[in-house]
Amino acid sequence: MTDARVFGKVPLSGTDGSRRYDVDVLVLGGGPAGTWAAISAAARGASVLLADKGYCGTSGATAPSGTGIWYVEPDRQAREDAKASRYALGGHLAEPAWMDRVLEQTWVNLHHLAEWGYPFPVDQDGKPQRNSLQGPEYMRLMRKRVKEAGAQIIDHSPALELLVNDDGAVCGATGVNRQSGDTWVARAGAVVIATGGCAFLSRALGCNVLTGDGLLMAAEVGAELSGMEFSNAYGLGPAFSSVTKSLFYNWATFYRADGSEIEGAGSAKGRGLIADTLRTEPVYAQLDRADAQLQAWMRGAQPNFFLPFDRQGIDPFTQRFPVTLRLEGTVRGTGGLNVVDGHCATNVPGLYAAGDAATRELICGGFTGGGSHNAAWALSSGFWAGAGAAEFGRQAKASIRRGALRAGEVGLHTRGQQRWDANEVVRAVQAEVFPYERNWTRQADLLEDSLTRLDALWTRIRSSAPAADLQQAVRAREAAALLATSRWMYRSALARTETRGMHRRKEHAVLDTSQRHRLVSGGLDEVWLRREDKAYRTPQAAPEGVSA
Amino acid sequence: MIEIVSATRCTGCNICVHACPTNVFEAVPAAPPRVARQDDCQTCFMCELYCPEDALYVAPIADEAARISEQDASVQALIGSYRRDVGWGRQRQSTAAADSSFELLLRAR
Repeated sequence: MTDARVFGKVPLSGTDGSRRYDVDVLVLGGGPAGTWAAISAAARGASVLLADKGYCGTSGATAPSGTGIWYVEPDRQAREDAKASRYALGGHLAEPAWMDRVLEQTWVNLHHLAEWGYPFPVDQDGKPQRNSLQGPEYMRLMRKRVKEAGAQIIDHSPALELLVNDDGAVCGATGVNRQSGDTWVARAGAVVIATGGCAFLSRALGCNVLTGDGLLMAAEVGAELSGMEFSNAYGLGPAFSSVTKSLFYNWATFYRADGSEIEGAGSAKGRGLIADTLRTEPVYAQLDRADAQLQAWMRGAQPNFFLPFDRQGIDPFTQRFPVTLRLEGTVRGTGGLNVVDGHCATNVPGLYAAGDAATRELICGGFTGGGSHNAAWALSSGFWAGAGAAEFGRQAKASIRRGALRAGEVGLHTRGQQRWDANEVVRAVQAEVFPYERNWTRQADLLEDSLTRLDALWTRIRSSAPAADLQQAVRAREAAALLATSRWMYRSALARTETRGMHRRKEHAVLDTSQRHRLVSGGLDEVWLRREDKAYRTPQAAPEGVSA
Repeated sequence: MIEIVSATRCTGCNICVHACPTNVFEAVPAAPPRVARQDDCQTCFMCELYCPEDALYVAPIADEAARISEQDASVQALIGSYRRDVGWGRQRQSTAAADSSFELLLRAR
């Protein structure tokens, strides 16, 4: 029987691909989630190929940045407090059972990292401190461990489309090596999407490889997304710079050009005021609340935070500098591919999702400042997805081999004649999703206004010609992924007529208790939405004064 | 964005061509790599960390090219500074062991 999802797709020929691979598990993406998935799958005896669009070790938001980790000792009360701490901020949508799993898996995996030689710092009592990872060090180690686990890495090898068999199960992917120009075809028993979130090419630190490619590929085979309204995270940083690392702005004061303080502006709760102010005038910051001890700790904690300042000759502790907010979309949002079981399987057989490509609502509902929770989710979900994919993939490979179909559409297998410019599509999407008045705080008329143009743009490229060559195909697929992501995002934002988590609606400025549900979305030519109710259970915090 | 590939320091190992996550460089036979796609640079500074010769300099300006040259005193002073700060390279110890984030995370609001 042929699944409706495979109707009309282009069959894969046995001679396609200048490089061919045949593995149990294919992992797309080589950031934290992808590398943990590869290690976990290989540890279960699966043959593993990891394809990274860039270079596994430097790709993604973590490698150049570093991250806090949601790492909490296995003390019952400490864990209960950790679960409760951001629960209300996330709009009461997180799930305590998933938080428990992630806290435990993160604990275990961080101990693996220590065994593997990650040089964790120790405090003055000699106790190891494991709630922060330096990105370059972490990801260099992860690349090494992936190789030692026996998995094969192909760098600069963006996937272009998934492969499905005739019952709709995912059975590999095709892609290109953008340096050699070689095409590759990987037949696999299962595929893990670990391609990260989508930051809309905003040049936020490490985010320009994160263009939602995996979301597009997954949606083309019928995968569902969840929480795409929780997608409007903006990173704070110097206006001229890419370094959107916001922890230290805890010790900043924010100013107008005339030197007057912007009362109430701040990195966490006061970020909305910064967004509001930036609509009409520049905003300046100075880390003037950091004493000498804090300043020294900052230098030791985040060397990269100071790079832009040192190189521009600015002392951020004594001089004001202009700041901006760069859209980090779903990278520091929580929306992504919906997962349907503890192995982070999607609703499509053979397809798994991990890291920022997957929804993080399970552990943080509708809010995350990025960092700790997303990092814990990446290494936990990667670990589980790798295990699930190994089990599924080995069984699938053992069954009768069937033909494969190419699932890619826009930019690859459309039938129109009209050429289209990927850069123009990128700019058009950015014009709808970057402005604070459209995306920081949303409102129905502007969402509808944007969706009219975004939908029309999709219809146009959908009926246009495929990309002229492979290099352009990579760009075209990125542009299509940005566009698809923007449409799930704004369609979901329009449907959530309340303010919850990071999703803010101007005309619905408060939380509506009747909307404590998930918004599941999907579809490309027609974007659809479904409300999903959960039996939410609220975690119990420690009584006042006992908190850790 | 990436601004400088120092012809005097570069040994042509092409590690940067591989390590750049956004494929900005292009290998050139018997010469230092070329910055072929500067506009794709995401100013992540990773190429500097992976360059064993400190031959690369990334200006901190994210959205446009900077007008600087290798001879500028500031560039001379800062080229290789990030690799030094993270303790990568021969005769160095990774500074990850001195990561004081935990002190700051304790005190952040």
